[in-house]
Amino acid sequence: MKMTHAQIAIGSICLIMAFAITLQIRSVSHNRLVNNSEMARAADLQQQLRLERTKNDDLQKQVLQYKDELNEFKAEAANSSDYAKFLTKQLERAELLAGLTPVEGSGLIVTLRDSKSPGAINADPNLYVVHDTDILWLINELRDAGAEAIQLNGERVVSTSEIRCAGSTVSINNNRYSAPFEIVAIGDSANMENALLMRDGVYDTLRGYGIEITIKKSSKVSVNAYNGTIIFKHATPVLAEQKEASQ
Amino acid sequence: MIIIITALVIGIALGLLMPSGIPANMTPYIAIAILAGLDSVFGGFAATINNNFKMKVFLTGFFGNALLAMALTFIGKLLDVDIYLAAIIVFGTRLFQNFAVIRRFLLNRHTNDFVQKKS
Repeated sequence: MKMTHAQIAIGSICLIMAFAITLQIRSVSHNRLVNNSEMARAADLQQQLRLERTKNDDLQKQVLQYKDELNEFKAEAANSSDYAKFLTKQLERAELLAGLTPVEGSGLIVTLRDSKSPGAINADPNLYVVHDTDILWLINELRDAGAEAIQLNGERVVSTSEIRCAGSTVSINNNRYSAPFEIVAIGDSANMENALLMRDGVYDTLRGYGIEITIKKSSKVSVNAYNGTIIFKHATPVLAEQKEASQ
Repeated sequence: MIIIITALVIGIALGLLMPSGIPANMTPYIAIAILAGLDSVFGGFAATINNNFKMKVFLTGFFGNALLAMALTFIGKLLDVDIYLAAIIVFGTRLFQNFAVIRRFLLNRHTNDFVQKKS
Protein backbone atom coordinates (compact mmCIF):
# COMPACT_ATOMS: atom_id res chain seq x y z
CA MET A 1 0.00 0.00 0.00
CA LYS A 2 2.80 2.30 0.89
CA MET A 3 4.56 1.54 -2.36
CA THR A 4 1.53 2.35 -4.51
CA HIS A 5 1.12 5.66 -2.74
CA ALA A 6 4.71 6.41 -3.54
CA GLN A 7 4.22 5.36 -7.14
CA ILE A 8 1.22 7.65 -7.58
CA ALA A 9 3.13 10.56 -6.08
CA ILE A 10 6.21 9.94 -8.19
CA GLY A 11 3.97 9.38 -11.22
CA SER A 12 2.19 12.71 -10.82
CA ILE A 13 5.50 14.47 -10.23
CA CYS A 14 6.87 12.81 -13.38
CA LEU A 15 3.86 14.16 -15.26
CA ILE A 16 4.55 17.68 -14.04
CA MET A 17 8.25 17.32 -14.84
CA ALA A 18 7.64 15.99 -18.35
CA PHE A 19 5.17 18.81 -18.99
CA ALA A 20 7.55 21.48 -17.69
CA ILE A 21 10.58 20.14 -19.57
CA THR A 22 8.71 19.82 -22.87
CA LEU A 23 7.26 23.32 -22.60
CA GLN A 24 10.63 24.73 -21.59
CA ILE A 25 12.46 23.13 -24.52
CA ARG A 26 9.80 24.38 -26.89
CA SER A 27 9.96 27.93 -25.49
CA VAL A 28 13.76 28.12 -25.48
CA SER A 29 14.09 26.93 -29.07
CA HIS A 30 11.29 29.31 -30.12
CA ASN A 31 12.94 32.26 -28.37
CA ARG A 32 16.25 31.44 -30.01
CA LEU A 33 14.52 31.45 -33.39
CA VAL A 34 13.02 34.89 -32.69
CA ASN A 35 16.44 36.22 -31.68
CA ASN A 36 17.98 34.83 -34.85
CA SER A 37 15.40 36.49 -37.06
CA GLU A 38 16.05 39.82 -35.32
CA MET A 39 19.78 39.38 -35.95
CA ALA A 40 19.10 38.60 -39.59
CA ARG A 41 17.06 41.80 -39.87
CA ALA A 42 19.90 43.83 -38.33
CA ALA A 43 22.38 42.34 -40.80
CA ASP A 44 19.97 43.14 -43.62
CA LEU A 45 19.68 46.77 -42.52
CA GLN A 46 23.45 47.01 -42.20
CA GLN A 47 23.82 45.79 -45.76
CA GLN A 48 21.33 48.40 -46.95
CA LEU A 49 23.14 51.12 -45.05
CA ARG A 50 26.44 50.13 -46.66
CA LEU A 51 24.81 50.26 -50.07
CA GLU A 52 23.37 53.70 -49.44
CA ARG A 53 26.74 54.94 -48.20
CA THR A 54 28.54 53.86 -51.38
CA LYS A 55 25.78 55.51 -53.41
CA ASN A 56 26.22 58.65 -51.36
CA ASP A 57 29.98 58.62 -51.97
CA ASP A 58 29.45 58.25 -55.71
CA LEU A 59 27.02 61.17 -55.76
CA GLN A 60 29.49 63.25 -53.77
CA LYS A 61 32.12 62.60 -56.42
CA GLN A 62 29.63 63.66 -59.07
CA VAL A 63 28.96 66.90 -57.22
CA LEU A 64 32.66 67.70 -57.16
CA GLN A 65 32.90 67.02 -60.88
CA TYR A 66 29.97 69.35 -61.61
CA LYS A 67 31.54 72.02 -59.45
CA ASP A 68 34.73 71.83 -61.49
CA GLU A 69 32.71 72.17 -64.67
CA LEU A 70 30.83 75.13 -63.25
CA ASN A 71 34.10 76.86 -62.38
CA GLU A 72 35.29 76.38 -65.94
CA PHE A 73 32.10 77.97 -67.26
CA LYS A 74 32.53 80.87 -64.86
CA ALA A 75 36.09 81.44 -65.94
CA GLU A 76 35.04 81.42 -69.56
CA ALA A 77 32.21 83.85 -68.92
CA ALA A 78 34.46 86.21 -66.98
CA ASN A 79 36.76 86.60 -69.96
CA SER A 80 33.99 87.50 -72.40
CA SER A 81 33.12 91.11 -71.42
CA ASP A 82 33.53 93.86 -68.80
CA TYR A 83 29.98 93.42 -67.61
CA ALA A 84 30.58 89.70 -67.23
CA LYS A 85 33.72 90.51 -65.24
CA PHE A 86 31.71 92.75 -62.96
CA LEU A 87 29.08 90.08 -62.49
CA THR A 88 31.72 87.50 -61.72
CA LYS A 89 33.17 89.76 -59.04
CA GLN A 90 29.71 90.20 -57.53
CA LEU A 91 29.19 86.45 -57.65
CA GLU A 92 32.50 85.80 -55.94
CA ARG A 93 31.56 88.19 -53.17
CA ALA A 94 28.16 86.60 -52.76
CA GLU A 95 29.75 83.17 -52.62
CA LEU A 96 32.20 84.34 -50.01
CA LEU A 97 29.35 85.70 -47.89
CA ALA A 98 27.35 82.52 -48.30
CA GLY A 99 30.31 80.33 -47.39
CA LEU A 100 30.50 78.62 -50.76
CA THR A 101 34.25 79.18 -51.19
CA PRO A 102 37.07 77.77 -49.09
CA VAL A 103 38.83 80.53 -47.15
CA GLU A 104 41.96 80.86 -45.07
CA GLY A 105 43.44 83.35 -42.65
CA SER A 106 44.47 83.83 -39.07
CA GLY A 107 42.24 82.27 -36.45
CA LEU A 108 41.65 79.68 -33.77
CA ILE A 109 41.40 75.93 -33.60
CA VAL A 110 39.27 74.80 -30.66
CA THR A 111 39.07 71.12 -29.76
CA LEU A 112 36.42 69.63 -27.47
CA ARG A 113 36.76 66.14 -26.02
CA ASP A 114 34.43 64.23 -23.70
CA SER A 115 35.49 64.16 -20.07
CA LYS A 116 37.77 61.28 -19.12
CA SER A 117 37.01 61.64 -15.42
CA PRO A 118 34.74 58.90 -14.07
CA GLY A 119 32.51 61.52 -12.45
CA ALA A 120 30.81 61.37 -9.10
CA ILE A 121 28.81 58.26 -8.21
CA ASN A 122 25.20 58.59 -9.37
CA ALA A 123 26.05 61.81 -11.21
CA ASP A 124 24.28 62.31 -14.52
CA PRO A 125 26.77 61.04 -17.15
CA ASN A 126 25.24 63.53 -19.59
CA LEU A 127 27.11 66.29 -17.77
CA TYR A 128 30.46 64.84 -18.79
CA VAL A 129 30.05 64.71 -22.56
CA VAL A 130 30.12 67.44 -25.17
CA HIS A 131 26.63 68.52 -26.19
CA ASP A 132 25.19 70.32 -29.16
CA THR A 133 24.35 73.24 -26.88
CA ASP A 134 27.99 73.52 -25.75
CA ILE A 135 29.08 73.77 -29.38
CA LEU A 136 26.33 76.28 -30.18
CA TRP A 137 27.38 78.43 -27.25
CA LEU A 138 31.02 78.30 -28.27
CA ILE A 139 30.22 79.19 -31.88
CA ASN A 140 27.97 82.02 -30.77
CA GLU A 141 30.80 83.47 -28.66
CA LEU A 142 33.17 83.18 -31.63
CA ARG A 143 30.70 85.02 -33.86
CA ASP A 144 30.28 87.70 -31.24
CA ALA A 145 34.04 88.12 -31.23
CA GLY A 146 34.08 88.67 -34.96
CA ALA A 147 34.59 85.27 -36.50
CA GLU A 148 34.22 85.48 -40.27
CA ALA A 149 34.20 81.83 -41.19
CA ILE A 150 33.58 78.85 -38.92
CA GLN A 151 33.75 75.14 -39.51
CA LEU A 152 32.91 72.22 -37.26
CA ASN A 153 34.69 68.93 -37.99
CA GLY A 154 35.20 69.99 -41.61
CA GLU A 155 31.60 71.18 -42.09
CA ARG A 156 31.29 74.87 -42.87
CA VAL A 157 28.80 76.62 -40.63
CA VAL A 158 26.49 78.58 -42.95
CA SER A 159 23.19 80.35 -42.42
CA THR A 160 21.18 77.12 -42.79
CA SER A 161 23.54 74.90 -40.76
CA GLU A 162 21.93 73.09 -37.87
CA ILE A 163 23.93 71.98 -34.85
CA ARG A 164 21.74 69.49 -33.18
CA CYS A 165 21.89 66.55 -30.82
CA ALA A 166 21.48 63.29 -32.77
CA GLY A 167 21.72 60.49 -30.25
CA SER A 168 25.34 60.15 -29.25
CA THR A 169 26.40 62.31 -32.17
CA VAL A 170 25.95 65.90 -33.26
CA SER A 171 24.37 66.60 -36.60
CA ILE A 172 25.63 69.49 -38.71
CA ASN A 173 24.68 70.09 -42.34
CA ASN A 174 22.82 66.78 -42.03
CA ASN A 175 26.05 64.88 -41.38
CA ARG A 176 26.74 63.30 -38.03
CA TYR A 177 29.90 63.63 -36.01
CA SER A 178 30.93 62.38 -32.61
CA ALA A 179 33.52 63.74 -30.18
CA PRO A 180 36.20 65.00 -30.47
CA PHE A 181 34.90 68.15 -32.10
CA GLU A 182 37.26 70.52 -33.85
CA ILE A 183 36.04 74.04 -34.45
CA VAL A 184 38.07 76.24 -36.77
CA ALA A 185 37.27 79.94 -36.84
CA ILE A 186 38.85 82.66 -38.96
CA GLY A 187 38.91 86.14 -37.48
CA ASP A 188 40.83 88.22 -34.95
CA SER A 189 42.40 85.35 -33.03
CA ALA A 190 43.22 87.39 -29.89
CA ASN A 191 39.66 88.71 -29.71
CA MET A 192 38.14 85.31 -30.17
CA GLU A 193 40.43 83.69 -27.64
CA ASN A 194 39.56 86.32 -25.06
CA ALA A 195 35.87 85.80 -25.72
CA LEU A 196 36.23 82.10 -24.91
CA LEU A 197 38.50 82.61 -21.89
CA MET A 198 36.17 85.18 -20.33
CA ARG A 199 35.65 84.45 -16.62
CA ASP A 200 32.79 81.98 -16.18
CA GLY A 201 32.61 81.81 -19.95
CA VAL A 202 32.68 78.81 -22.26
CA TYR A 203 36.15 77.64 -21.30
CA ASP A 204 35.63 77.83 -17.53
CA THR A 205 32.21 76.19 -17.62
CA LEU A 206 33.17 73.28 -19.85
CA ARG A 207 36.38 72.76 -17.89
CA GLY A 208 34.23 72.59 -14.78
CA TYR A 209 32.54 69.49 -16.18
CA GLY A 210 35.91 67.96 -17.02
CA ILE A 211 35.45 68.42 -20.77
CA GLU A 212 38.84 68.74 -22.39
CA ILE A 213 38.90 71.99 -24.31
CA THR A 214 42.02 73.26 -26.02
CA ILE A 215 42.36 76.57 -27.84
CA LYS A 216 45.14 77.00 -30.37
CA LYS A 217 45.89 80.31 -32.05
CA SER A 218 47.26 80.07 -35.56
CA SER A 219 48.32 82.64 -38.12
CA LYS A 220 46.96 80.52 -40.94
CA VAL A 221 44.01 78.19 -40.72
CA SER A 222 41.80 77.08 -43.56
CA VAL A 223 38.05 76.60 -43.63
CA ASN A 224 36.27 74.40 -46.16
CA ALA A 225 33.52 75.55 -48.46
CA TYR A 226 29.96 74.48 -47.77
CA ASN A 227 29.37 71.56 -50.07
CA GLY A 228 25.67 71.02 -49.68
CA THR A 229 22.88 72.70 -51.54
CA ILE A 230 20.73 75.53 -50.27
CA ILE A 231 17.28 75.64 -51.79
CA PHE A 232 14.82 78.38 -50.93
CA LYS A 233 11.35 76.92 -51.25
CA HIS A 234 9.38 79.52 -49.34
CA ALA A 235 11.43 82.70 -49.21
CA THR A 236 11.36 84.95 -52.28
CA PRO A 237 13.19 88.25 -52.55
CA VAL A 238 11.08 91.38 -52.08
CA LEU A 239 11.41 93.71 -55.05
CA ALA A 240 12.09 97.40 -54.52
CA GLU A 241 8.67 98.53 -55.87
CA GLN A 242 6.82 96.14 -53.60
CA LYS A 243 8.77 97.44 -50.65
CA GLU A 244 7.70 101.01 -51.38
CA ALA A 245 4.12 99.93 -51.87
CA SER A 246 3.99 98.15 -48.58
CA GLN A 247 5.34 101.10 -46.65
CA MET B 1 6.67 1.50 -13.81
CA ILE B 2 3.60 1.66 -16.05
CA ILE B 3 2.28 4.58 -14.03
CA ILE B 4 5.52 6.50 -14.52
CA ILE B 5 5.69 5.91 -18.27
CA THR B 6 2.02 6.88 -18.71
CA ALA B 7 2.62 9.99 -16.65
CA LEU B 8 5.65 10.92 -18.78
CA VAL B 9 3.72 10.42 -22.03
CA ILE B 10 0.77 12.49 -20.81
CA GLY B 11 3.14 15.22 -19.57
CA ILE B 12 5.01 15.42 -22.89
CA ALA B 13 1.73 15.45 -24.81
CA LEU B 14 0.40 18.30 -22.68
CA GLY B 15 3.63 20.21 -23.13
CA LEU B 16 3.43 19.82 -26.90
CA LEU B 17 -0.27 20.75 -27.05
CA MET B 18 0.15 23.88 -24.92
CA PRO B 19 -0.79 26.79 -27.22
CA SER B 20 1.57 29.43 -25.76
CA GLY B 21 5.18 29.03 -24.65
CA ILE B 22 7.02 30.47 -21.67
CA PRO B 23 8.06 34.10 -22.12
CA ALA B 24 11.81 34.59 -22.67
CA ASN B 25 12.37 36.35 -19.34
CA MET B 26 10.76 33.48 -17.42
CA THR B 27 12.79 30.61 -18.92
CA PRO B 28 15.69 30.83 -16.41
CA TYR B 29 13.24 30.35 -13.51
CA ILE B 30 11.53 27.37 -15.12
CA ALA B 31 14.91 25.85 -15.95
CA ILE B 32 16.09 26.02 -12.33
CA ALA B 33 12.70 24.69 -11.14
CA ILE B 34 13.07 21.74 -13.53
CA LEU B 35 16.48 20.96 -12.06
CA ALA B 36 15.04 21.10 -8.53
CA GLY B 37 12.18 18.83 -9.64
CA LEU B 38 14.57 16.32 -11.22
CA ASP B 39 16.51 16.25 -7.98
CA SER B 40 13.32 15.44 -6.06
CA VAL B 41 12.34 12.69 -8.50
CA PHE B 42 15.73 11.02 -8.25
CA GLY B 43 15.65 11.46 -4.48
CA GLY B 44 12.22 9.81 -4.43
CA PHE B 45 13.52 6.83 -6.40
CA ALA B 46 16.52 6.46 -4.14
CA ALA B 47 14.31 6.68 -1.05
CA THR B 48 11.94 4.05 -2.42
CA ILE B 49 14.91 1.74 -2.91
CA ASN B 50 16.12 2.35 0.65
CA ASN B 51 12.57 1.81 1.92
CA ASN B 52 12.47 5.17 3.69
CA PHE B 53 10.23 7.01 1.23
CA LYS B 54 8.02 9.52 3.01
CA MET B 55 5.26 11.21 1.05
CA LYS B 56 5.36 14.47 3.01
CA VAL B 57 9.13 14.78 2.65
CA PHE B 58 8.90 14.03 -1.05
CA LEU B 59 6.12 16.51 -1.85
CA THR B 60 7.43 19.36 0.29
CA GLY B 61 10.90 18.75 -1.17
CA PHE B 62 9.59 18.89 -4.71
CA PHE B 63 7.66 22.14 -4.39
CA GLY B 64 9.82 23.75 -1.71
CA ASN B 65 13.09 23.20 -3.56
CA ALA B 66 11.63 24.45 -6.84
CA LEU B 67 10.26 27.61 -5.20
CA LEU B 68 13.48 28.27 -3.27
CA ALA B 69 15.57 27.80 -6.42
CA MET B 70 13.36 30.25 -8.32
CA ALA B 71 13.54 32.74 -5.46
CA LEU B 72 17.34 32.46 -5.42
CA THR B 73 17.43 33.12 -9.16
CA PHE B 74 15.23 36.17 -8.69
CA ILE B 75 17.31 37.57 -5.82
CA GLY B 76 20.47 36.82 -7.79
CA LYS B 77 19.14 38.88 -10.67
CA LEU B 78 18.40 41.80 -8.34
CA LEU B 79 21.85 41.61 -6.75
CA ASP B 80 23.63 40.92 -10.05
CA VAL B 81 25.19 37.74 -8.57
CA ASP B 82 24.50 34.33 -10.11
CA ILE B 83 23.11 32.81 -6.92
CA TYR B 84 21.25 30.18 -8.94
CA LEU B 85 24.66 28.53 -9.44
CA ALA B 86 24.39 27.43 -5.79
CA ALA B 87 21.13 25.65 -6.62
CA ILE B 88 22.66 24.10 -9.74
CA ILE B 89 25.65 22.74 -7.80
CA VAL B 90 23.59 21.38 -4.89
CA PHE B 91 20.90 19.79 -7.04
CA GLY B 92 23.42 18.55 -9.58
CA THR B 93 25.56 16.87 -6.93
CA ARG B 94 22.56 15.27 -5.24
CA LEU B 95 21.25 14.12 -8.60
CA PHE B 96 24.42 12.15 -9.23
CA GLN B 97 24.51 10.80 -5.68
CA ASN B 98 20.93 9.56 -5.92
CA PHE B 99 21.63 8.12 -9.33
CA ALA B 100 24.57 6.23 -7.79
CA VAL B 101 22.22 4.73 -5.17
CA ILE B 102 19.78 3.63 -7.87
CA ARG B 103 22.59 2.29 -10.04
CA ARG B 104 24.08 0.22 -7.18
CA PHE B 105 20.66 -1.17 -6.35
CA LEU B 106 20.01 -2.25 -9.93
CA LEU B 107 23.51 -3.71 -10.34
CA ASN B 108 23.34 -5.58 -7.04
CA ARG B 109 19.95 -7.05 -7.88
CA HIS B 110 21.32 -8.30 -11.18
CA THR B 111 24.43 -9.87 -9.68
CA ASN B 112 22.37 -11.43 -6.85
CA ASP B 113 20.10 -13.03 -9.42
CA PHE B 114 23.14 -14.23 -11.29
CA VAL B 115 24.72 -15.70 -8.18
CA GLN B 116 21.50 -17.38 -7.17
CA LYS B 117 21.06 -18.95 -10.59
CA LYS B 118 24.62 -20.22 -10.60
CA SER B 119 24.29 -21.81 -7.21
